[in-house]
Amino acid sequence: MTTVVIGAGHAGLAASHCLRGHSIDHVVLERGEVANSWRRERWDSLRLLTPNWQSRLPGYRYEGTDPDGYMTTREVIDFVSRFAALSGAPIRTHTTVTSVRRNDAGYHVATSQGDLHCRSVILASGACNLPSVPSLRQGVPACVQSFTPFDYRNPRDLPEGGVLVVGASATGVQLADEIHRSGRCVTLSVGEHVRLPRMYRGRDVLWWMDASGVWNQRYDEIDDLTRARRLPSPQLVGTPERTTLDLNALSSAGVALVGRLAAVRDGQALFSGGLRNQFALADLKMNRLLDTFDEWARSDGRDAEFAPPERFDPTRAPDSSPLSLDLRNGGIRSIVWATGFRPDYSWLHVPVLDHKGHLRHDGGVVDAPGLYALGLPVLRRRKSSFIHGAEDDARDVVDHLAGYLATASPPRR
Amino acid sequence: MAMTGVNNGVNVQALLDAREALKGAPEAAKFTWRASCKWQNGTHSTSKIRGFFGLGEEQSHKTETSFEADHPEIFASEDHGVTPIEYVLVGLASCLTAGVAAVAQNRGIQLRSVESKVEGKMDIRGILGIDSDVRNGYDDVKVTFKIDADASKPEIEALVAQSQKRSAVYDVITNPVNVIVEVV
Repeated sequence: MTTVVIGAGHAGLAASHCLRGHSIDHVVLERGEVANSWRRERWDSLRLLTPNWQSRLPGYRYEGTDPDGYMTTREVIDFVSRFAALSGAPIRTHTTVTSVRRNDAGYHVATSQGDLHCRSVILASGACNLPSVPSLRQGVPACVQSFTPFDYRNPRDLPEGGVLVVGASATGVQLADEIHRSGRCVTLSVGEHVRLPRMYRGRDVLWWMDASGVWNQRYDEIDDLTRARRLPSPQLVGTPERTTLDLNALSSAGVALVGRLAAVRDGQALFSGGLRNQFALADLKMNRLLDTFDEWARSDGRDAEFAPPERFDPTRAPDSSPLSLDLRNGGIRSIVWATGFRPDYSWLHVPVLDHKGHLRHDGGVVDAPGLYALGLPVLRRRKSSFIHGAEDDARDVVDHLAGYLATASPPRR
Repeated sequence: MAMTGVNNGVNVQALLDAREALKGAPEAAKFTWRASCKWQNGTHSTSKIRGFFGLGEEQSHKTETSFEADHPEIFASEDHGVTPIEYVLVGLASCLTAGVAAVAQNRGIQLRSVESKVEGKMDIRGILGIDSDVRNGYDDVKVTFKIDADASKPEIEALVAQSQKRSAVYDVITNPVNVIVEVV
């Protein structure tokens, strides 16, 4: 076996397509079924943030009747599965990788269905394998039930009573909104966040990201790449109504906004008093991005195609937002930790993780010969975080891999 | 990137170099700041600051600085110095101001003047033990900057926002800190 691809999601399948183009013998290992995390690790109401017309993979694109809509998880599973079938990728499902180690010839990949030896490995196992929950969770009293996006399916899973949602990225705002609609009192703890309107000047804001070239910005052109890679997902939701779900929308609906959860002490949740500055930073950054779009439209001579430039109201600071909440008095019965996700590399026994557990790689070329990664945020471009970003990344990474195979000394037997 | 021609008196390159160097040496980044305090009489005390620890060894300011703290006469004190809670305002304003200068230098923005007013609102029924529902310290702290610089209003607002994001004093005021007070 020349190459093993780990993971049959959009990234692994895009890699397989490119490997086939180079006639590189390979196999795609999948712990469950194609698009497994979409089948098992998503809440019920989730839809893609990107409009349907943006969903594409090498030689394959959305061809349905609702190009401006947003796929449900079921539709994503079908979309990715159809690509897998059409591309004829050599997938081994229900094959869990238990260990990857270097050996003389390349890599030894141990799986639940036996071992494989290969010269190169592409890690396409996803960026969101595990929910990231801050250690201050330890201090939460037992009378408050904790949920992560992995064990939350819909508001009916939660006990009756007040809910504290921690985190205001896409996950946090979406869950706060639907839990609030279920009739519960919701408090949303807001740290650093990325504010975006759903629509701008009559187009989807992600149309602008694409058309203006922002999404094509390469990883080696970004000033602070570490920061770009750990940027929270934008406050967006994909709904048929194409509504904006920013903090103003949530607070108008009745969700209470509090600062970043800073500590849990003696049963009290303590929140940062810096909420106003979080709002100011997010508003300033959103306006800078909208300036970029306007500037692009002007310089490209396309200004007349769109509605006039608009600016949105600043995020409204609550008159008084509590700095603490008593978690023992019954007001809060559950906490939803929308505090991000991280990849699981517990099976990767190659020394390529930094002291914070992040993979050391240069645009997907991992810091070990023959080892590659795909499907991570801002891997090679800003769009790498999204399904349609996999195509260009897979092509670049597999080109590099093919070059490596051609020049590296042939495996010793 | 430090723009040529812009000079706010901040050696941004040295700060950026330090940032790079400390990325690989997290131990050297651990600092301990210290003050020593001596009771004088009544509510009057004198604090001194000279040494601190950082970059793996003992360090020292060029000179020792002395701070008198007391309370105003309406508190039946002799007013030998500012109130301790006012020192917090000094810390916040000077920290944010230093941040504005550093961020402006880094962004190539020439400052001409940076002035601020800081107000801390406090209900003294807390410290007097009149009402246990009233906290001891500030309820609200407000900083108002007036900045004259070669930059647009959004750019100036961004300077101030970024300086809050990277301010040590802003952080300890807005977030809980573990405080240990013991007697030896």
